Amino acid sequence: MRRRIGIDVGGTNTDAVLLEDDRVLHAVKTPTTADVLTGVRLALQDVARAMGAEGVQAVMIGTTHFVNAVVQRRDLAPVGALRIGLPAAKSLPPFCDWPEDLAGLVRGQVHMVEGGLDYDGRPIMPLDERAVAAAARAMRAAGIACVAVSSIFSPLAPAMEERAAEILRAEMPGAAITLSHDLGRIGLLERENVALLNACLVPLARDTVHAFEEALRQAGIAAPLYITQNDGTVIRAELAARFPVLSFASGPTNSMRGAAFLTGLGDALVVDVGGTTSDIGALKSGFPREANAVVRIGGVRTLFRMPDLLSIGLGGGSHVAQEGGRIRIGPRSVGFRLPELARVFGGPQLTTSDIAVRAGLLALGDALRVADISDAFAQATLAEAARMLEESADRMKTDAAEVPLLAVGGGAFLVPDRLPGVSEVLRPAHAAVANAVGAAIAQVSGEADQVFQGMARAEAMAEAERIARDRAAEAGADAATLALVDIEDLPIAYLPGGALRVRARVVGEIAAR
Amino acid sequence: MREITLDEIEALAVGAWVLGTGGGGSPYLGLLNMRRLYAEGKRVQLMDPDELADDDMVAVVSNMGAPLVSQERLVDSETIGRAVTLMEDYLGKPFRAVMSVEIGGNNGVQPFLAAAETGKPVVDADAMGRAYPEAQMTSFAVGDLRPWPLSLVDPRGVEGIVAKVPSWKWMERLSRRMCVEVGSIASTCKAPRTGAEVKRWGILRTTTQAIALGQAIRRAQKEHRDPVQAILDQEKGLLLFRGKVADIARRTTEGFLRGTAKLDGLDEWRGHGFELAFQNEWAVGWLDGEARVMTPDLICVLDSVSGEAIGTEVLRYGQRVTVIALPAPPVFLSPRGLDFVGPRAFGYDLDFRSVFAGGAA
Repeated sequence: MRRRIGIDVGGTNTDAVLLEDDRVLHAVKTPTTADVLTGVRLALQDVARAMGAEGVQAVMIGTTHFVNAVVQRRDLAPVGALRIGLPAAKSLPPFCDWPEDLAGLVRGQVHMVEGGLDYDGRPIMPLDERAVAAAARAMRAAGIACVAVSSIFSPLAPAMEERAAEILRAEMPGAAITLSHDLGRIGLLERENVALLNACLVPLARDTVHAFEEALRQAGIAAPLYITQNDGTVIRAELAARFPVLSFASGPTNSMRGAAFLTGLGDALVVDVGGTTSDIGALKSGFPREANAVVRIGGVRTLFRMPDLLSIGLGGGSHVAQEGGRIRIGPRSVGFRLPELARVFGGPQLTTSDIAVRAGLLALGDALRVADISDAFAQATLAEAARMLEESADRMKTDAAEVPLLAVGGGAFLVPDRLPGVSEVLRPAHAAVANAVGAAIAQVSGEADQVFQGMARAEAMAEAERIARDRAAEAGADAATLALVDIEDLPIAYLPGGALRVRARVVGEIAAR
Repeated sequence: MREITLDEIEALAVGAWVLGTGGGGSPYLGLLNMRRLYAEGKRVQLMDPDELADDDMVAVVSNMGAPLVSQERLVDSETIGRAVTLMEDYLGKPFRAVMSVEIGGNNGVQPFLAAAETGKPVVDADAMGRAYPEAQMTSFAVGDLRPWPLSLVDPRGVEGIVAKVPSWKWMERLSRRMCVEVGSIASTCKAPRTGAEVKRWGILRTTTQAIALGQAIRRAQKEHRDPVQAILDQEKGLLLFRGKVADIARRTTEGFLRGTAKLDGLDEWRGHGFELAFQNEWAVGWLDGEARVMTPDLICVLDSVSGEAIGTEVLRYGQRVTVIALPAPPVFLSPRGLDFVGPRAFGYDLDFRSVFAGGAA
């Protein structure tokens, strides 16, 4: 029997569930507190009472705490950037495309040294170890305790970043070192940006994970703690403290995976309709499809394991207006001020919620206040919302085949029961705590993303899978349970020898400890 | 001659990406270099081709290689500047100015990097009017101008000269080989041109064109007007199709990205289909099975909402796109021009017929 606790710390609510195999035994929703931890402690204490003497095997926590710190520019540590790759890429140093306000907070020192690789794995220059040591001493002298190391083409072969880390550890004991190849993909600036963001969050991540562990202890729960990641899997808490960026998008990911679990569907689209936006993602074999494009975080361009999400300005609080005979919904929204601004509450603003009340889809406020709206107008507005959802759902599909759509979130009443291109619309039970459920069911993964040359396609794909399996086992997976969930190959223009970039990902159960 | 503002260079990057017709690489890294150079106080002058004396020497610069490699090795203003001075060292005489070989994509910005490094002005011209995959696909080749010499620079201090070749095709073969050897990315200065050659065979005022195009797009986005319409108005282009991507197939052969994209019609195009073929850049488009548009007419695939150009490498299923055509430079419409960049140069057995023929525009 599998018993786990899943917790999701969102911007508004902290949700927790106790899951026994496929059943939700207990669920609780508490307001998220400013310090985050009080809310987690309250939720844990509540679940611990329901847990009884049997206990649980694991506790999984998903949190948006770290990404919020970047967006709100708080609790960020100064970072020393060490770029390996001179004389290449010299004119565009680390932080060169950051917003100035954020760079001002995070940029501690910038060092660039000789080294790096060409696309075929040959060194651009040998690693300048003395320059690395000199950079380390300069950073230590300035009191910098967080370092991000990036090397050209390090995803092909990480040896130079790893050697630099050894030197850094010897010269500046206790420093937190982030290596870009552990996190990012091909694309030096975007991968380096991920490493820099990660490095500036390590002290906050350590404190937060430590406080979570403390909260577990206070609630009398002895099980190991895992933190959920962007890709729908978990890593051990002590590892998570080293890689806070990997939890940036765990909120939407957990909600998608929770919805899939609650409906028993692995391949589906999920729409989470909030107050201001609808986020649409695609699940394949129960995992969110990853974005293969640049994602901006707090104004910084990044490229790493993030779910592919399409956000549109359609939510339960979206403004509704008529413009030249056409109905326009959003992107403006009354947001959390719905109870004062919406028409059904006597407010001045016509919103999608008012239309839903008029059409009898929703019981909210005073329906008499929207009785003046014509039925034709209400139906036309709902049709426009349906059109927006249909178009977005279609954009998230990879081919023309019909797929099921899972509707969650407070504004899910805007999703009609039938949509073109969608085989069926499902509204899962326990949808309100889908994200905590998603956290509770998480597994462990491993990924490879590499350029292969002089190899047949099948051979390159097998090699990528082998690397991914090794990494999953390192991250705490039970090797016997690992399964390939995603593999794709991308041919590369202008490279000779049939160069092929392969991305592979495997997932398995947490190994017993 | 006039000084170019950083805002114009930002607009140039947007316009150059559209003129890249699906290829040419993103101008982003070149733009980052220009932001830094302008922050350091450097300024670049833009020179009208008419200001060139017939015997002035002009450096034709480009970055060569795989876009994926430049994502790692990035783009450096110093190497492109060095390609120019290396050629001066080799020739034993100075250049009056620099220009781009292709205005489309990342290479549309490259002469500005070289200009900021060397203090020379940029000539308002290029040799493609867009982006093309191969070095012989230029107006200079159509004009049968001398294809040599070429200088090639890598940041490690590798400096090479191709002193002489019998044809443009040979120049493409040799320089491509050198480029691969230094890591599939290199800064090059192509065969130097005289002022007279630029004025006779260059595609003139394409920098100004790209800046104006970028400004029109940015203005439309800011004022919430339709940016696609802004492009059509600015460039006297034709809207060919509006639809969504129903299928995309890519393969790499001989170092190029080739493939096809199929679109299903939306709005007034519902019930119709459009198919596009590409070799790095869009080459031919068929409406309901009939060839509708083909190189050298410029084919641009734009995001229907934002108006931003979509590259052949990143187009994907479900995207809402608008296909437009922009007029080709006249130099490519002659029989000799079509030999170099017409549909047969890309392996399509089609007689070129401009989508703008018959006063459709």
